[in-house]
Amino acid sequence: MSSIEFRKDLFADERDDTLKEIGKPTIRQDILGHVTGRSPYFDDHLFDGLLHMRCVRSPHHHARIRSIDTSAADRMPGVRRVIRPEDVPNNLNTLLSLINFGKDDEALLQGKKVAYVGEPVVAIIAETERQARDAVAVVRVDYEVLPHVLDVEEALEPNAPVVSETYPNNTFDYHDLYDHQKLRFGDVDKGFAEADHIVEGRYQMSPIEQAPTETCGAIAAPETNNRFVCYTSTQALFFSLGTTAKLLNMPSSQLHFIGGTVGGGFGGKVDSLHEPLAVLGSKLTGAPVKFTFDRAEEMQVGAPRGAERWFIKDGVMNDGRIVARQFTGFFDSGAYTRLSSYAIIKGTGHLPGPYSIPNVASNVYCVYTNRTPATAMRGFGITGVDFSIECHMDKVAETVRMNPIELRILNSYRDGDMKAHRRLAKNTALIECCQVAAGKAKWPISADAAAQSSLQGGGGDRAIIPETVTDQAGRIGERRRSKIPTAPGEGATSKGRVAAGSSVAPIVAVPPQRDDMVIDPSRTGHRKAGAGPAVPPVQATPQAPPRYTPPTPAAPVQTIPSYTPPPAAPVVQPSQPAPAVQPPAPEPYQPSEPFQKGIKRPGVSRFISGTRRR
Amino acid sequence: MTVHKGRGFACINYPIGMNLGGDPSQALVHSTPDGKFMVSLSAIDLGQGMKSVTRQIAAETLGVPVADVYVDTADSDTGPHDMGSFASRGTHRVGNAVIRAAAEARAAMMEAAAEELEVNPADLDTDGEGNIHVKGAPGRSITVADTAIAAQFKQGKTLSGRGIFLIPTSEVDADTGEMTPVSCFAHAAVVVDLEVDDETGEVTVSEVNSAYEVGRALNPKMVEQQLIGGAWMGISHALYETTEPYYPNRSHGPQDYNTYLMPGPGDVVPHHIAVLERPAEDAPFGGKGPGEMCANPLLPAVANAIYNAVGVRCDTLPITPEKVLRGIQANGGAQPREMF
Repeated sequence: MSSIEFRKDLFADERDDTLKEIGKPTIRQDILGHVTGRSPYFDDHLFDGLLHMRCVRSPHHHARIRSIDTSAADRMPGVRRVIRPEDVPNNLNTLLSLINFGKDDEALLQGKKVAYVGEPVVAIIAETERQARDAVAVVRVDYEVLPHVLDVEEALEPNAPVVSETYPNNTFDYHDLYDHQKLRFGDVDKGFAEADHIVEGRYQMSPIEQAPTETCGAIAAPETNNRFVCYTSTQALFFSLGTTAKLLNMPSSQLHFIGGTVGGGFGGKVDSLHEPLAVLGSKLTGAPVKFTFDRAEEMQVGAPRGAERWFIKDGVMNDGRIVARQFTGFFDSGAYTRLSSYAIIKGTGHLPGPYSIPNVASNVYCVYTNRTPATAMRGFGITGVDFSIECHMDKVAETVRMNPIELRILNSYRDGDMKAHRRLAKNTALIECCQVAAGKAKWPISADAAAQSSLQGGGGDRAIIPETVTDQAGRIGERRRSKIPTAPGEGATSKGRVAAGSSVAPIVAVPPQRDDMVIDPSRTGHRKAGAGPAVPPVQATPQAPPRYTPPTPAAPVQTIPSYTPPPAAPVVQPSQPAPAVQPPAPEPYQPSEPFQKGIKRPGVSRFISGTRRR
Repeated sequence: MTVHKGRGFACINYPIGMNLGGDPSQALVHSTPDGKFMVSLSAIDLGQGMKSVTRQIAAETLGVPVADVYVDTADSDTGPHDMGSFASRGTHRVGNAVIRAAAEARAAMMEAAAEELEVNPADLDTDGEGNIHVKGAPGRSITVADTAIAAQFKQGKTLSGRGIFLIPTSEVDADTGEMTPVSCFAHAAVVVDLEVDDETGEVTVSEVNSAYEVGRALNPKMVEQQLIGGAWMGISHALYETTEPYYPNRSHGPQDYNTYLMPGPGDVVPHHIAVLERPAEDAPFGGKGPGEMCANPLLPAVANAIYNAVGVRCDTLPITPEKVLRGIQANGGAQPREMF
């Protein structure tokens, strides 16, 4: 039997635990619907004459399409429409174009060259799912099979097959400059030279399915006024809406997306593959259209958590201090980018894990291979490298013959430490987690390790940004011409140096646009930051160098603007003759028992009809 | 055949919110005519409890009972823009937007109540049970319901609020990787106890002890559900799951739950959790997102425990019985490791 305890004794002086609703085990407002099977998911929306869509999919890892013959499918019973690649109005997109990151590289329906098994080529809409499947089976696609590449390091070879013509080097272009994302902090070579031990490792994640109970899907139907409603399982309503508007070249105002109750996501429902095709099908047929993955598609065509390969090299002193850490990482993006390019930025910002290491370097590659494109999954960009780092920490502990928990506490980051991405650590709690977990498991740690604290011992020298060695190896296209090493700094013709202390101002949240939008600081649950209007925000890291200013919460509202009654004088229109006597103002309507009729269910507004939320 | 016991440790931190920033979320709050509050969002509830957490945040900020708040979400015609439920951003980003919207609605509510009570709004407070009273004089009060009626039918005012939360896009330096990746970090440490059968290579996890630091447990029951379920997923990743068992070879890909292996409900191991709460300064009531990070430390902790049990370092996931057995054979038998 499992158990849970809340260690309210820890960090108690930073919390106000007198909140009224926060911290209560409030039951979900929709739980009764969930446990009685009444909550409507996208697939519970029924339409008369609902049509069903299935896709013709590539059987090859990599093949050029010579021709597509759908004439037999057109004649199949129940088939209402065959959608070919040229029917998609704007048939090229990349998901992160919504935040201007990366180039459009993926077609909704592929008409030129398929780059993974399962890539959709043609969509068929029929009156039943069975009819749609039967019609899919008679579409003839003439493929010219091409050589393919499935391994991330082989894909970086100069003569490797080109997976995507948008990225002819099989790597995402970072900053229009390099074929990977760099992280440089200090000088790892100097750290390795000083170290008593070098510990190296190679770690490999394999692709993992998000495995939701409800497979990805959408139902679209024409609404009046040339609009389309789309019920969807998406994890990101406006992401899917924006992607649909772009691919279909439609104003977003024509799209009405409804979702919000999802049968498991875990990251696999961000890709917005179904909404655009369902809406397009609905537009082309004038009828409601459903498009979903079946289970096999969900597992093999739906994007998984991508595989990652990590190489770690540590320089370690005899006492367990890690003085240099170097990463070389490869994200297997599959045939298209989806979100892997972004995960690499996230993973890079996470390095070298929750530890203060004075010299860190990393090269991470977003590599295209001829497999199902990867996408987000719980822990995206972090799970794989955390597996690598924490297995590696145990190797380091064994090398220096040290208790693995004490090794982590020794190297742990603390408040005020400089992180490798050049921002100060704050609000840290790794040491306390190590101590509590060790205590619960009765795994003994030394008195010294047990006495450490995230609040103490950080900052000072540990807050300094060191002089940093840089290099310009791995420019876009360079690897295509000749084989060059992938590890940081290797293969560089010259090294540069960035002066110690170099950093730019951190990005902080935009403050509330109006004072009324600021919560009273005494009601935020923070004891330090919000003790009262007169108290300035407490510096979380007193040891930090003075140029660091933690992002202050928006200025607390010290006084609410004084109350002024509304103007009493009536506005007189000069063009109209003012009546000599103002008629007495009618008594405002003030019901004694207003709006008491209606449904009275807990948590449901009485003004909502019983049917709307059925 | 011998069953070897092993113990492994791992600890992690986890970045909360979309890494590059530039991911706004909006919220609208308005009062119904009798003083209930509707929160309009476009956030998605994946089962993680988005609707519950935003409802509690709205109620706390407004100063009204949670039963008087309803969250209506994910209709693009009525809910304002939100980037989506991913990257552990929901509680942090949407929660902050809801605080701002609810704070503005509260300010309007207090002004309307002040007009009814003929006092300065700054002198008023809520009791969290549906009443607004003069500070220090609980007898001089008006219900939230009467306030809403007065505001809408007498004063002609709305009790409503708008909120948006945005961390602007962070540039990333091409040469050093300098960036402002996230706003706060959650933390975790776990100890996994397991057994390895050196004849079959089978691994059985027997117990997990953990500490998770989540900023603030906004809803302790939902935190518990996330942590237990997430840790189960981490064990499942470590030992069972993959869509490509012979990666990078694409053959033998599972197509259903008969071949895509996961532990069943009966395999949920006893998990003893301690929750730590160190509130993050820019997070709603200090709460960080526990949802994603809770799986992560289990993967390496399982791998480390297997090494401790039989001396096989499996650096390639998932750690199937085949890999363990091949490792044991390559080492010439199980080699339990010394615990320092």
